[in-house]
Amino acid sequence: MLNFSTKQLIGVGVFIFAIFVGVPFAIAATGRWDFFFTLTSVALLAIASAGVWLTFYIGRINIGQGAFALIGAYVSAILVVKAGWSFWISLPAAGLFAALVAILIGLPILRLRGVYFAMITLVLTQVVTLTALALPITNGAKGISSIPLPSGISLFSITIVPDFATMDSTKLAFYYTACILMIITYIALYRLVNSRLGHLCRSMQQNEELASSIGVNISYIRIVIFAISSFFGGIGGAMFGSIAQSVYPSSFQVADSVNFMLNCFLGGLGYVFGPMLGTLVLYFGWDLLFEFGKYQMLIYSTFLILIIRFLPNGLLSLSLRKGDNK
Amino acid sequence: MNTLLQIKNVTKKYGGLIANNNISFDVAENEILSVIGPNGAGKSTLFKMISSFTPTTSGEVIYRGERISNLKPHIVARKGVVRTFQETTIFKSMTVHESVVVAQHLRAKASLSGYFLGSKAAKEDVKAFGKYADELLEFLEMSEISNEQASNLPQGSLRALGIAIGLATDPKVLLLDEPFAGMNHDETMRMVDLVRSVRDERGVTVMLVEHDMPAVMSISDRIIVLNFGEKIAEGTPSEIQNNEKVIEAYLGSADDEIGM
Repeated sequence: MLNFSTKQLIGVGVFIFAIFVGVPFAIAATGRWDFFFTLTSVALLAIASAGVWLTFYIGRINIGQGAFALIGAYVSAILVVKAGWSFWISLPAAGLFAALVAILIGLPILRLRGVYFAMITLVLTQVVTLTALALPITNGAKGISSIPLPSGISLFSITIVPDFATMDSTKLAFYYTACILMIITYIALYRLVNSRLGHLCRSMQQNEELASSIGVNISYIRIVIFAISSFFGGIGGAMFGSIAQSVYPSSFQVADSVNFMLNCFLGGLGYVFGPMLGTLVLYFGWDLLFEFGKYQMLIYSTFLILIIRFLPNGLLSLSLRKGDNK
Repeated sequence: MNTLLQIKNVTKKYGGLIANNNISFDVAENEILSVIGPNGAGKSTLFKMISSFTPTTSGEVIYRGERISNLKPHIVARKGVVRTFQETTIFKSMTVHESVVVAQHLRAKASLSGYFLGSKAAKEDVKAFGKYADELLEFLEMSEISNEQASNLPQGSLRALGIAIGLATDPKVLLLDEPFAGMNHDETMRMVDLVRSVRDERGVTVMLVEHDMPAVMSISDRIIVLNFGEKIAEGTPSEIQNNEKVIEAYLGSADDEIGM
């Protein structure tokens, strides 16, 4: 059904084996338990970045994913804490609510192109932060804390997902959850890009006038894509809130939105798996440079500039050539 | 002959500037109709209004008894009135084949979610699109550049690609924007043959905006002449060639020459 070639299947198989077996084994062997949290964050940020990448795919620069991640985190937290929902139901609800907000915001702003769209999205994160500070339901600056851990799911008294609160350490459970979500996200993204909708997106990205001359309803597709993109943001944000067991107006800031965009640039806008690699490299790169102290930012940004200068198509352009495992 | 398209008292104003003033004419089914006129006569604006890429200030465009002016361009395209652009408007990083495939999306039988899930109908669509693209490119004698990236094509092929993309949507009326511009004599003659075969073999009514007079005269069944936003003449090529107003518009009147 998924139409993967043998080579791709092997690649995907190795990747899945590595993250589900290799990584936990390596961490247990080295005792670097903190890497679980780092890699869980990478997986979740990669989900949000996948959304940003998708808006790039219709030719829009999206610097507002932090807004939708924050919305997702709050919606899930409120549903779990105040309405007593199971986290697992609040998760898709958070994504859908973020998508709904994206539709309402997208209707007026998606007509804008280039830097104008980018500027508006840049403001969005700040708007959502300020809204969270002002609304009673989000509890202002105090945020929502002590969010219960995800409860278990059982069907016909067979446990499908164990109750997180009964575990000694939730690190591995959250790591697996994040990885599964990330894999589902990227399979969906891959399918979308290689389906008719993806082809229509590509036609719009390259020339909106020509696309509408062949009958593409460009305003409709823009909204659909922006909604899907924000859905990913909402899912990523909600999961983050659940791991941190708290959400504050500052949980996702403008800088996070910028990072989501950078992840896409760095990994490669032409490759579906670009944002995943970009997130991994950027997140780890920043951590590894920690020992340089006050020069951390300087070295980090120099690297970014060099990469964008010499690899304008992203890191994946090094290993993948046109037509290969796109 | 059946009237396919009616342009009724169409006017376009940009602020105080009148780009088109009260223009009316009919387009018959299966004819090749050219719109000519000196630079700034309002030819492109007229095309934009017919394809709904810009709204009319007043007046309307009727296609098969239905108003199509002031709609969204994609809706007009779906009804079968499709425009092409000048050579820079292409899908740059797609191959010729990919461009023609994507332009067929209106024929899709499967839904967007069907494609996402890989339904049977979607697979049949994909197969049918590829096959039709091959057929169309062969018809346009473009098979050998089928896998070239659009941005690498020479000007003449770009123009043909534009027509291929337009034809792939299965139009009833094709509006060609300067299809012969920048071409040498041989290329022009090839394109003239191509446009004619689009009409003869595919039953597509063709309207074109063009500057190349010999090409226009040889290809057109009828010609509309615009000058300063007004329609000044309408008729067969030989009628137009002998029309005084047209000669005046192109060569300038005696008064103008003294004025200059």
